[in-house]
Order: sequence, then structure tokens, then C-alpha cells
Amino acid sequence: MKCGLSLIGAAVAAFLGASAQAETLSIATVNNGDMIRMQKLAGHFTKAHPDITLNWVTLEENVLRQRVTTDIATKGGQYDILTIGTYEVPIWSKQKWLMPLDKLGSNYDADDLLPSIRSGLTIDGTLYAAPFYGESSMIMYRKDLFEKAGLTMPEAPTWTFIADAARKLTDKKAEVYGICLRGKAGWGENMAFLSAMANSFGARWFDMSWKPQFNTDAWKKTLTTYLGLMKDAGPPGASSNGFNENLALFQTGKCGMWIDATVAASFVSDPAQSKVADKVGYALAPDNGLGKRSNWLWAWTLAIPASSKKAEAAQSFIAWATSKDYLDLVAREEGWAHVPPGTRSSLYANADYRASAPFADLTLKSIQAADPTRPTVEEVPYTGVQFVAIPEFQGIGTAVGQAFSAALAGQMTADQALQSAQALTTREMTKAGYIK
Amino acid sequence: MARATTASRKLGLTLLAWTIGIVIFFPILWTALTSFKTEAEAIASPPSFIAFQWTLENYAEVQSRSDYALHFMNSVIISLGSTLVGLLIAVPAAWSMAFVPSRRTKDVLMWMLSTKMLPPVGVLIPIYLLFRDTGLLDSRTGLVIVLTLINLPIIVWMLFTYFREIPGEILEAARMDGAGLKAEILYVLLPMAVPGIASTLLLNVILAWNEAFWTLSLSASQSAPLTAFIASYSSPEGLFYAKLSAASTMAVAPILVLGWFSQKQLVRGLTFGAVK
Repeated sequence: MKCGLSLIGAAVAAFLGASAQAETLSIATVNNGDMIRMQKLAGHFTKAHPDITLNWVTLEENVLRQRVTTDIATKGGQYDILTIGTYEVPIWSKQKWLMPLDKLGSNYDADDLLPSIRSGLTIDGTLYAAPFYGESSMIMYRKDLFEKAGLTMPEAPTWTFIADAARKLTDKKAEVYGICLRGKAGWGENMAFLSAMANSFGARWFDMSWKPQFNTDAWKKTLTTYLGLMKDAGPPGASSNGFNENLALFQTGKCGMWIDATVAASFVSDPAQSKVADKVGYALAPDNGLGKRSNWLWAWTLAIPASSKKAEAAQSFIAWATSKDYLDLVAREEGWAHVPPGTRSSLYANADYRASAPFADLTLKSIQAADPTRPTVEEVPYTGVQFVAIPEFQGIGTAVGQAFSAALAGQMTADQALQSAQALTTREMTKAGYIK
Repeated sequence: MARATTASRKLGLTLLAWTIGIVIFFPILWTALTSFKTEAEAIASPPSFIAFQWTLENYAEVQSRSDYALHFMNSVIISLGSTLVGLLIAVPAAWSMAFVPSRRTKDVLMWMLSTKMLPPVGVLIPIYLLFRDTGLLDSRTGLVIVLTLINLPIIVWMLFTYFREIPGEILEAARMDGAGLKAEILYVLLPMAVPGIASTLLLNVILAWNEAFWTLSLSASQSAPLTAFIASYSSPEGLFYAKLSAASTMAVAPILVLGWFSQKQLVRGLTFGAVK
């Protein structure tokens, strides 16, 4: 009897001991192909770390952003690892909502991270988030349609060339549109594209006194070029089109050109889902010779909220998921074409990767061409290429996006949209205390 | 002549009803059809209605990636739990308002209804903080409490409307025969009100099943119902419409079947008291 009781006691103690050691990490993430792949491969991490279990919370980007922001602002502590973008990292780290990533291990090789991506995640010399995949934007175009129209796409085209080519490629009767661009309202939708486009026209969101600049010639040129191009050579109903809608149009052969995220290259060149997979060419996003191209910079990153009590385990997971070894693991299990792009220099030096991803060079060049610390031709008081890294930007950017989307839908003129943008941005920035 | 006019009017009305029915049902049908397509066929233009290569690969992928059973059980527990708790509170409340009204009953009813007009996001942070401090974040209990409170005005209003149709004399007669309050409600009122309670229950189960704002905001991995299951298949970068459609079909199928079998009670519950 005594022996039985001892055994039970030992078993209970062992169980309690194991429970005390085992840690469960709650990871909030988005439903993108690379993230889903990470979930599938996470067994390799838990095998190497049997004391850690992983709970995944996968959500749509906007839902995730709202959930995670609520949780981190209230110190809810529901998550140990967050998937956040380059917009949130500088703002949240300044609020002390994120833990510094200072225990990623000696093998992590942080110097291998692409400098333009790393700089957006580093505040005062400290890394607050590790990039899981990075992207810029570039032109994807139909080589066959260009050849038919007697056009040759330069590697670094100007807006004048793009506008001319788009009009020549358009055949509305055959439902082929020269150019597909984002029109759906939102700070991360049409305003991501238009802010980056404005940079190449010499426009900026604010001057050094935080005064909105929508009343300048540079913004007027940006918007009138965009609206004119979309009217003459864009698809119908473009004011509702975001990434996915344009992807569907391009993959079904209805777009001559599409300027959007570099990650789209892996979709449009995949014969399993794209009708034009073997006809796609790539070029840098256009410019106007002012020293800034119209490409953006974005990265999905992994970060630890300050409320997490499992920082050590969380850092070990982040180190695994954003390491060079992880890229090798994906290549072994799924092939080089499926490796998360845009974070490490070593990936772009890898011959196997370059062979399986014909867009690798241009992706790297596009990422390198974007500088979040100096995004515009003239000086600005903010960081961020296609966004302004201040908390107020989500609201302002979406409201301005709605005005521009309404102009695209023909509900107002370019001048009216710019006046509306100027008025609402001035009002919000004054209310927030930026304009004295 | 008159008969012919009546017949053609009937035919016209039938056609109109069918057209409206098909228009309303079409998105659900299209979702179900898309769930059997490949991702490439899901975005094909022009889209094919039936003549495509039918596949179950999306269901297999969704099943392998997500714990459908856990989400389903969470949905069942949260929607049934919140409706039953709501009924427990609403039956006595509706009884008192229907049979022992005061001068303020109408105002109270209007006030209850007005709480439905408050945008939920307006109280998200206070509720989130309360849940954080009471350990109710990501718990089924927390979601049952919130959904009970959200749907309570509708439950009270529906039961109140139904109870008002029951002649007060019957309850009076029961009282004269010596029935206490408990016996009056349990043995006289409730048996007469069963159809109304059943339709209230069904409608609120459906409302709670489909509620997305609170279930998405307050759940994480443990208590996430089918609304979170669907949300996990929506992607801003990448066309996963076929998989999203498969997840949506799996999420709405149970409640669609329930609605189909209980449509008589539902219609009765929604239209009761509309015509006296």
C-alpha cells in the first residue's frame, strides 16, 4: 500500500514537474502562404524543443491587427508572439509594448538581414522584431503583349514609358487592360501604392512642420497621372480592386502590366494557378528621374509583446523561424521557390534560389532601392516609404484613401479629392497636436 | 376572367417569390460550388457553374490544417449556452412586463432595445479589461456571458410579444385555483408559450452562431468558434478563395440544416404579433 502511494506521489510530482517546465506559446499570425508553411514545419522546432508547445491563432490581416492592438494596448497577455508589420514596429517599440530581441543566439547572424529591412525594425540600435518575409513592389508585365505591341520594357522604366505602354496595350473589346493598379480604399491598399507613387513624383505626406502637402503640384501630378491612366487603360470597377482582385485579373490574362508586391511574382509565375505563368516579365517600379522610385517596403515580422511571460521560449522560436537554417529547411521540404523571400542577403547569393526564382534579382534591387529612413525627394519628419510611422496614420491614410478611391470611381474630381485630403489631414494632425 | 386574373397573379407572385429566394440563396450556393473547385478554377473568368473538375482537396486541406471539431464544439457551447442563460433571465423579465406592467415598462423595453444600437466597438476596451482582470479572455464562459448580454434584449422582446398574446385570464384562473408564482410560470405559462420559446431559442442560437465581432475579439486558441475558423482562411495576399469557401461551407452547414428544419417555427417567431 505504502509502495503504491509512493508511486502515485512520484507520478504526480513528475507530472507537476513536467507541467511546470512545459511552456505553451500562443502565436498570432496571418493567413499568408509563407506563414501557413511555417505552421506546417513547426514540428521540427517542437521536436528540438520538447518542452515548448505551440498554439496558433491565424486570422485575416485587418482582424489580426485589431485583435493584437487591443491585446497589447491593454496588456491582455493573450499572445506570446505577434506577427506585425513594419508600420507597427517603430510605434509599438517606442510605447515599450515590445520586448527587445537580444537573445536570438550566437548563430543567428543578424548582420545577414537585409539592411533596409533591418533598419525599419531597429530602434536606437535595438532589434524589436525579426523579419519573417520582406517585400517591395515592382512591375509584372506580359512579355507576349509587349512583343505584339512592338514595345521593350526597360529594367528601370519611367512613368512616361509606363503610361504610354499601358495605353498601347489596352484592348477593351478583348478585355485586356494595359495596367492594373490598386483602387480599393485603405491605408494599406490604394494608399500604399499611391504614397509610393507620390514619392517618385517628388510629393510627400508632410513637410518638416507636419503640415499636409496635398495642395502641392507634386500631389496633383501624382493623382491626375494615376486617374488618367486608370481611366484610359485600367480595368472597369478598379476602385474596388486590391491585391487579390488584381492578382486574379493578371493571372487570367486581363492585365498588360501590374505594379504590386514582389511576393506576387511567385503566384503569377506558378503554372498551377496562373494562365500566363510562362509569359511574365519583371521590371523595377517606375520613376520620374527625381531619385526616388515608386516602390514600397514592407516586412511581416515576429515580435514579443512586453506582457508575455515566456520571453525566452518565444525568442528561441523567433530565432528558429527567421534563421538561415529555416530557409534551408523550407528548401529541403518544399523547394527553393517556396522559401520566404526578402529578409536575408545570403538567400540572394544562393545559386539554387536564384535559379528557381527568376524574379529574385529584381526583388532584391527593389528592396534595396527603398529607404524607409529617407523615403521622399524632399526632407520629411517621418519614417516609412508607403506609410507614415505615426499612430494617427491608419485613420488618416484610410480617410484619404476613401477620397482618392471616390475620385477613381468618378464621384469627385482630382482637385476635390486633394482638397478633401488636405482638409481632413490638417484637421486630424491639428487635433493630435502635431500642428501647433 | 376573374379566375384567370387570380391564377396569373398567383403565378406572378410565385415567380417573384422564387426569384427573391434564389437571389438571396445564390451567394451560399456559389460558396458551396466554389469549395469544390481548384484555386485556379475559383477565379476563372468566365466562371463555370457546374462544368468544372470537382475536387474535395479544399476540404482535405482545411481538415488537415485546422481543428474543425474544436471550433464546432465551441460554437455549439457558446451559442446554446448563451441562449439558454438568456432564456432563464428573459422568461421572468418578459412575464413581469407582459402581465404585471408598470408605468415604466414601455420605457424599459425601449431602453433595452436601444442598447442594440450602440456600436460594439465602443465598449470593446472596457469589456476587454474586465475580461483580462477576471481571467475570462479566451474562455467559453466569457463568450457565453457576452453573447447572453448582447442577445438578451431580443430574447426579452420576443418573449414579451409572445406572452402578450396569452390571455391574462388563464393565469388569473390558475392563481384562483391556488397556483403560486412558480407553478403559474412553470405549469401554465410555459406550456402555452412553448412554440414562442422554441422560435426565440432557434433565432438566438442562429444569431449567436453567426456573431463575429465579440467572438473574434475575445477568443484566441482555446475558445475560438467557427467565425474564427472562417477568418483564418481569409488572406490579403494570395487567392485562397476555394479553401475559404470550403471553410465557410463547413461553418454554415450545421446552422443551415437547423434553419431548414425549423423554418416554420422561425417564421412564426419573427411574425408573431405582427397581425392581431
